Amino acid sequence: MFDKESLERLEQEKARWENSTVKKVIEKTPERYERFHTGSNLEVNRLYTPLDVQEMDYMKDLGFPGEYPFTRGIQPTMYRGRLWTMRQYAGFGTAEESNKRYKYLLSQGQTGLSVAFDLPTQIGYDSDHPLAQGEVGKVGVAIDSLKDMETLFDGIPLDKVSTSMTINAPAAILLAMYIAVAEKQGVSSDKLSGTIQNDILKEYVARGTYIFPPEPSMRLITDIFEFCSKHVPKWNTISISGYHIREAGATAVQEVAFTLANGIAYVEAAIKAGLDVDEFAPRLSFFFNAHNDLFEEVAKFRAARRLWAKIMKERFKAKDPKSMMLRFHTQTAGSTLTAQQPDNNIVRVTIQALAAVLGGTQSLHTNSRDEALALPTEESVRIALRTQQIIAYESGVTETVDPLAGSYYVEHLTNLIEQKAMEYIKKIDELGGAPKAIEKGYIQQEIQDSAYRYQQEIESGRRIVVGVNKFQIEEEPPKNLLKVDPEVEKIQKEKLSKLKATRDNLAVKNALEELSKKAMSNENLMPTIITCVKTYATLGEICDALRRVFGEYKATVSF
Amino acid sequence: MQGERTIRVLIAKPGLDGHDRGAKVIARALRDAGMEVIYTGLRQTPEQIVEAAIQEDVDVIGLSILSGAHNVLFPRIMELLRERGIDDILVIGGGVIPHEDIPFLKECGIAEIFTPGTPISQIIDFIKNNVKK
Amino acid sequence: MELVEGILKKDKKTAARLITLIEREDPKAIDALKKLYKHTGNSYIIGITGPPGAGKSSLVNELAKKMRAKGKTVGIIAVDPTSPFTGGALLGDRIRMQDLTLDPGIFIRSMASRGSLGGIAKAAYDAVNVLDAFGMDYIIIETVGVGQTEIDIVKVADMVVVVLVPGLGDDVQAIKAGIMEIADIFAVNKSDREGADKLVTEIEMMLDLSQKEFDLKPPIIKTVATTGIGIDELEAKISEHLSYIQNKGLLEQKRKEKTREKFMELIKFHISKMIFQEKGDIIETLLKDISNKVIDPYTAMEKLLQSIIKGE
Repeated sequence: MFDKESLERLEQEKARWENSTVKKVIEKTPERYERFHTGSNLEVNRLYTPLDVQEMDYMKDLGFPGEYPFTRGIQPTMYRGRLWTMRQYAGFGTAEESNKRYKYLLSQGQTGLSVAFDLPTQIGYDSDHPLAQGEVGKVGVAIDSLKDMETLFDGIPLDKVSTSMTINAPAAILLAMYIAVAEKQGVSSDKLSGTIQNDILKEYVARGTYIFPPEPSMRLITDIFEFCSKHVPKWNTISISGYHIREAGATAVQEVAFTLANGIAYVEAAIKAGLDVDEFAPRLSFFFNAHNDLFEEVAKFRAARRLWAKIMKERFKAKDPKSMMLRFHTQTAGSTLTAQQPDNNIVRVTIQALAAVLGGTQSLHTNSRDEALALPTEESVRIALRTQQIIAYESGVTETVDPLAGSYYVEHLTNLIEQKAMEYIKKIDELGGAPKAIEKGYIQQEIQDSAYRYQQEIESGRRIVVGVNKFQIEEEPPKNLLKVDPEVEKIQKEKLSKLKATRDNLAVKNALEELSKKAMSNENLMPTIITCVKTYATLGEICDALRRVFGEYKATVSF
Repeated sequence: MQGERTIRVLIAKPGLDGHDRGAKVIARALRDAGMEVIYTGLRQTPEQIVEAAIQEDVDVIGLSILSGAHNVLFPRIMELLRERGIDDILVIGGGVIPHEDIPFLKECGIAEIFTPGTPISQIIDFIKNNVKK
Repeated sequence: MELVEGILKKDKKTAARLITLIEREDPKAIDALKKLYKHTGNSYIIGITGPPGAGKSSLVNELAKKMRAKGKTVGIIAVDPTSPFTGGALLGDRIRMQDLTLDPGIFIRSMASRGSLGGIAKAAYDAVNVLDAFGMDYIIIETVGVGQTEIDIVKVADMVVVVLVPGLGDDVQAIKAGIMEIADIFAVNKSDREGADKLVTEIEMMLDLSQKEFDLKPPIIKTVATTGIGIDELEAKISEHLSYIQNKGLLEQKRKEKTREKFMELIKFHISKMIFQEKGDIIETLLKDISNKVIDPYTAMEKLLQSIIKGE
């Protein structure tokens, strides 16, 4: 982008500046550290100039928004056309309570729903399972059967909202329930829009809510891809998640690398299952984290977009540009929230949300200030949503597309992150792909090393966390935290036993037996799962029918 | 190292949440502080935790939980320890635990609760100063 | 509860405590071990060794389940390395054995190697005796699994299963490094992976080339610990091997050798300890003279021996 002559001159001038102007100042006031680096330990120089991006080719590396390689964004007009979807992850207690919270959020101007399920639901246990003790309704809503799902979306027209569900191992079952609820509302499945997380690989690596071993889990995922491409065409069939990988301690580079490596594994699995890449790839979506290091995060999103476009085009020979577009949801980083001086978290979330918007996110969840302490209260959730609205309507960053492009620093970081992520992906390919690398514990080990390094930096004081290892104050413990009613467990158990007494138990038994049988075959399981949920077979029963055939995953753990 | 007193710690994750970043970072830090750390993995029932603590004859049990089930699971663990006649194991907890729950957990016999942001050096000191055996 | 009484009454808490005392080299442990000695010799002791990542813990988990299904009780000692820098250790083998935790017929103890280099902790020898006196039918010792020098397991086990996996790249080296010499059975774990058959062939070739005279040629069993494939066969071969060596009198012979070796080590350990305690000053003086070339090490040694014999 720059001619050779002016670069040479610049180089000389820069050397002169360093040896005179800078040198004089440093002699008087040395810089705060000998070396500077980003939040993820990429080295940062004092100054960036065209010299740092001299290899860059505008058309090849950046291009135009809405066009390959999508570095500058996946839509040509970005937020000038439509703002991102403001989507607050919510759900707790019973379906009744969560239903009320959803209606409140929609009334406050939220534009999409994001359902949080409790851990027993995520791991395929009914509320009366011994391991569910103490967990029912805690981190999300408890769903035991289609009955609960009907309550959860009561009075919410499913053809009018888009719903994101954070559900992985039993994603097929929850999707089946959603389809069944819609059917009862008179909404056909082709009208439904939303997302299921459905990303099992990162569960093995970072999040821990797995049920089945990798192979049958991947089969469930490709079954969903195939089924949705025919029957639920507007549904995002997977949200390939770097969020939890980052939360587990990964760096920005690792977040991009491991997420895209998982993405590659899903694409390969689907192709192996006989699907055409352009048939399912446009429905793949991603989910990233937004941390505090503003520029690094913006660069991360841009690098991820460019890298995925290249992978889809060059490696998988996708033809449809939609297959090459990395569309993503962002959530601000839960792990950066502090229990100390919780109001400071509002500021952190603002910076993180800004990074996501400057990085071109399609939807955004902003964390609430009290999430290091408990589930967020209604007031905290509102502030979090208002944060997004202030960025959207007051900050002005939405008025042009990809405003940080051309910043020597941001472009340099974008290149660096892409390059380092690609090195990881190569290494993972050498290990036989993401599933094998996970089985060997490679990815887990890399993440844990980063997590430990991060902690040591805080302990040593090299990394400062305001209010935690600097600027501490004596403070009163916060009050008015949200408490989940301990009765939820009792209520769910009662609902379950009532359900089991009133439904057609023979139909349930037959449907479940049919499912176990189909699980042994190669047939797509989605239709049978839909039949099961319609008989009001419980989530736990359906998972058990699959456990009998698939077995259960046992973790490999590394430190 | 002959005859030296090595502190043995069981790091356990009761409940169903899979967020073990904290548990693993602590495990490593305690190892680096010269302790022997037994990690038992995710989704451990109170019964499994207590049995493992007995067979491993640990000095300390460190419980990590982020799901919010602490008010049910921590007391259950303390109750099982008492039933087995064990009063010389130091039990500490950590994770997303609201301040207002801490007095109740301490009443149940949890020696200390460490909330997010606690320096690990503080946890190490606490263990070294309070092991009972 | 009194230590000895507790062990004989099969109290796990006491067994766990005694193992701790052994690790700490507490004199109370020696007292208890003296009394327990006559109650030992009834367990079969099986060593499981192999390179890291071979899936040893998973295999032990499955094997123990099979043994339990046959009504046998099982003690497990799982050794992990102590960090040479901090003296601490991360003991993670239990993660793979979660299913066994609540089984009353199982006792699992994780041990740090605490400076031992041969793949098992020094305290493991005596811990085996504790579990033996406790009445476990089988005692399985899982070695550290860090590399190639893990041959100490033969000093304690009645038989050794060497676990290998395809694709680790160091299979052949492991074999060459002497692990092959100690194997009574080979388990080729993760055998659903590519390269399993090749590995089996390699092991067979090694065995054919070996100079060692086998009483019983080590069988090679393909297993997949995560799905349970081959575990029945592995368990069957283990008990077959044990009955064979028992019936042929080989077990008794082996145990006599082990007892002898252990006693010799005990003598060496205590005599040298005594000498270092009693003659520390003389040794230091001699050492200085050796460094200053006033005396040579051989003459110095003779001088030291003289002083011991004379009881000076």
